[in-house]
Amino acid sequence: MSLLRSIASGLRSLFRKERVSQELDEELNGFLEMAALEKMKQGMSRKDALRAVRLERGNLEVTKEVVRSAGWESFLEASWRDLRLAIRLLGRSRVFTIVAVLSLALGIGANTAIFQLIDAVRLRSLPVKEPSQLVTVQVADRTGIRGHQTSAYPALTNAIWENLRDNQDVFSGLLAWDSNGFGLNPGGDFRPAQGLFVSGDFFRVLGVRPVMGRVFAAADDRRGCGLPGAVVSYAFWQRELGGDPSAVGSKLTLNDHPTEIIGVTPPGFFGLEVGRSYDVAVPICSQAVLWSEGHWLDEGTVWWLNVVGRLKPGATLEQANAQLAVISSRIFQATLPSNYPAENVKDYLKFKLTTVPAGNGVSWLRDQYSDALSLLLGTAFLVLLIACANLANLMLARATAREQEFAVRLAIGAPRSRLIRQLMTESFLLALIGGALGLALAQILSQFLVASLGTQGDPLFLDLKPAWRLLAFTLGVTTLTCFLFGLAPGFRASRLSPSEAFRTNSRNVTSGRTQFGLRQILVVSQVALSLVLVVGALLFSSSLRNLLAVDAGFLQKGVLITDLDLFRRLNVPYAGRVAFKHDLLDKIRSLPGVVSAAEVSMLPLSGGSTSNLVWIEGADRTSGLESRFNWVSDGYFKAMGVPLLAGRDFNDRDSVSSPKVAIVNRTFAHNLGLGANPVGRTFRRQATPSEPEQTFEIVGLVEDTKYLSLREEFSPIAFLSAAQDAQPDPSAQVVIRSTGPMSETVSNVRSLVSQVSPLITIDFRPFETAVLDGLIRERLMAKLSGFFGLLASLIAALGLYGVMSYLVARRTNEIGIRMALGAQRHDVLSLVLRNCALLLAPGLVLGAVLSAAVAQAARAILFGLKPTDPRVLVAAIVGLGLLALLACLLPARRATRIDPIVALRYE
Amino acid sequence: MAEKSSDLVQGTLDMLILKTLALEPMHGYGIAVRLEQMSKGVFRLNAGSLFVAFQRLQRDGLIRSEWKATENSRRAKYYVLTEQGRKRLGSEKREWGRQVAAIARILEAS
Repeated sequence: MSLLRSIASGLRSLFRKERVSQELDEELNGFLEMAALEKMKQGMSRKDALRAVRLERGNLEVTKEVVRSAGWESFLEASWRDLRLAIRLLGRSRVFTIVAVLSLALGIGANTAIFQLIDAVRLRSLPVKEPSQLVTVQVADRTGIRGHQTSAYPALTNAIWENLRDNQDVFSGLLAWDSNGFGLNPGGDFRPAQGLFVSGDFFRVLGVRPVMGRVFAAADDRRGCGLPGAVVSYAFWQRELGGDPSAVGSKLTLNDHPTEIIGVTPPGFFGLEVGRSYDVAVPICSQAVLWSEGHWLDEGTVWWLNVVGRLKPGATLEQANAQLAVISSRIFQATLPSNYPAENVKDYLKFKLTTVPAGNGVSWLRDQYSDALSLLLGTAFLVLLIACANLANLMLARATAREQEFAVRLAIGAPRSRLIRQLMTESFLLALIGGALGLALAQILSQFLVASLGTQGDPLFLDLKPAWRLLAFTLGVTTLTCFLFGLAPGFRASRLSPSEAFRTNSRNVTSGRTQFGLRQILVVSQVALSLVLVVGALLFSSSLRNLLAVDAGFLQKGVLITDLDLFRRLNVPYAGRVAFKHDLLDKIRSLPGVVSAAEVSMLPLSGGSTSNLVWIEGADRTSGLESRFNWVSDGYFKAMGVPLLAGRDFNDRDSVSSPKVAIVNRTFAHNLGLGANPVGRTFRRQATPSEPEQTFEIVGLVEDTKYLSLREEFSPIAFLSAAQDAQPDPSAQVVIRSTGPMSETVSNVRSLVSQVSPLITIDFRPFETAVLDGLIRERLMAKLSGFFGLLASLIAALGLYGVMSYLVARRTNEIGIRMALGAQRHDVLSLVLRNCALLLAPGLVLGAVLSAAVAQAARAILFGLKPTDPRVLVAAIVGLGLLALLACLLPARRATRIDPIVALRYE
Repeated sequence: MAEKSSDLVQGTLDMLILKTLALEPMHGYGIAVRLEQMSKGVFRLNAGSLFVAFQRLQRDGLIRSEWKATENSRRAKYYVLTEQGRKRLGSEKREWGRQVAAIARILEAS
């Protein structure tokens, strides 16, 4: 009741201010009159009576103010006045406001953005039911695993998965999945879709319920199921199907096979792989239909299914592992593939299944970027520190400059609390604007980060959520900085007696040391932290430069990669495929500008790899080594610009029926002890699931090339002839070197292929782009650390400039006297620069020590240089030092222009 | 400013105003004079504390105000005790009595 009345009365005073004020006036005047009349009755004159009343009852004007400010509404009113004043004041000192707000926004924005990414990649649990119960099931010791490993994660074969699924009592639920690309072709136009093969129980075990229609049940996933329907993601439903509810039940064409959409999953569900979203999910059994050949359901040596189990309530990882250990030997005995290489059979039989926590999902992205993101967060944190130091410096400078204003306001009777409130309002306003800008910046920056981590055709998907807690933290830190450093001088000023304040503010002959110590410390730490960031930026950019300058052994420029989907729709039997491809390559080679074209199975630096044990024919196999393998057609080395050192290239006489030949690289020959010219020698390769142990004759020697990544050392590689492969894949990867513009080659090849057959689908990308895509992490680190380093240096230079300007202003008199006494310009210049160096030197030394310690964290990401590379340190010190000197030079020049007469007369 | 309101025991001003108004509705000056008379000049109140107290009591619904003519036919704001205020006065008087008795007991214990 009384609260309501209080609010009503307060609102009345707010909105009918005039009226309420008038009433108060009238009442108080009445009070005065009555009191005075009383006195006059006792014989006082009116004037004396009024004076006596004032002495007894207090000044009525003050009383009015007291009564007015007693209600809550007056607090609002005063706050509003403060706010308007703050806006006016900030608007007047525009540079201060801009620099302060930008510092805030940067510190808040960068931290929030990077934390959002880390949260999405590393910290957050999957959006499924009780993710903490989920575990990945994998082979514990993977030595002896042979065959084809298609998943980026430790996967199992379909036989092992089916056996485990049907014979386990370890988990309350078990699921398997594999991410795969499907061709989406409504109306014949081929478009890739992110696909998922899922086991029947996939959605039930995860606890994912459809928002519409239904999801698969265990009964949907059985051998011979055909293509029993597709479940689509919410994003796909929105994007491709317009969010139309009637989409459930409509037809979808996957790899040329029509099927029905049976349901849509909820918006938050993206699968189990962090960094990737899915479009369409189909049961594992439908691989038999979707892939025209070579399906993996009965392949005992294709490791492709990621298996995830849900622990029974209360069960631990250890219990599950113990139970799995018991059933493992039975499972591996039952599933031993007949084509498993004999030498590894005993390894296979000894395999043990084990579990690792999977509550955060699996992520190639996480493995790849964890270090980088942590480093970036560290960088952003440094930026926050620098921003805070800068802010503190600015607030101090501003408050110090306003001491006189405060003194005047105190002198004319403003209560101290009002001054402090005014300062708080200004700080609050700054923090608010900075925070809002920071939030906006965070969203833009994290979108930019996600976009720059993805590549063309392989977009990165991350479910970014605003990191409110971190935002609150950064906002809190910066606001606290504002308040602390905005208020401290305010308190000090308000404690001074006005006369004292006037005195301290008049320029002393020598500079006062008040406040200056703190500002010096702030600038020194800013310079130190900035140096750390500059060192980081230089480290990452030199690392990237080193990687780009690496001699990979091939020429990236002018090479076009062409992905051809040849025989999936075009029916050509195995026997005719080599000839078909040979014919197509010949046609491509005769196109204008084309220097060479060749097929390659493992494109260098693309991430695919095959390796096997090799040894010199006749020698003991224990003397052998692991060699990488690649299957290429003739012309490959010419296309890639790899020099042939000895022997010959593959040619038309190398066929399925002719003796197996190989071309090896220099490291292969050297490591196997084959001498400078191995041509004519022979080596054995161990048995593989698809081929027995066999002999290869070396017909050529080529220069070393990188295989998996630019970072690796050269390793032994044996190139085998693609023409000697008895069962060519339905798709082929062709590299084309041409002298003409790439766009011309693309359109020429495209029209050529469509003439050959419209059923062939084709995709192009420049090799250079593909190589750069492999360096995303390095490029991102170089770009962002460069950005942060530059900004930090600018902020530090700004801070230095501010302090030096202040110093020059404070010492105008002194400098004037010195000049009057005969000091030359260069004396003044060196006086100011000496002061500058006094700030700069400790900052740079401290920064050098700090960066030497901090840079160790980046060791794993750097290439071709040590974290403590002296050249980097020197370059950073020189660069930052020069920038800082420039910042000092401006106020120094101003000091030299001081006119002694004016300076001395100024007072 | 011989006596200040701060010389009053904290929180007692409201009670005293309520007590004054319990006799009859009165204007601000009248209340001040009455308080002085009843306390035999011990409490001489500053206008500021007095009027802040009026505002507070009004917002709490313990008193209300109306403009009326004084005996000297001037316009003045008269304060009137509400039913709620009367109840509050009763409870405060009891509480005050209890506390005074308790304090007295403590002070007289030897």
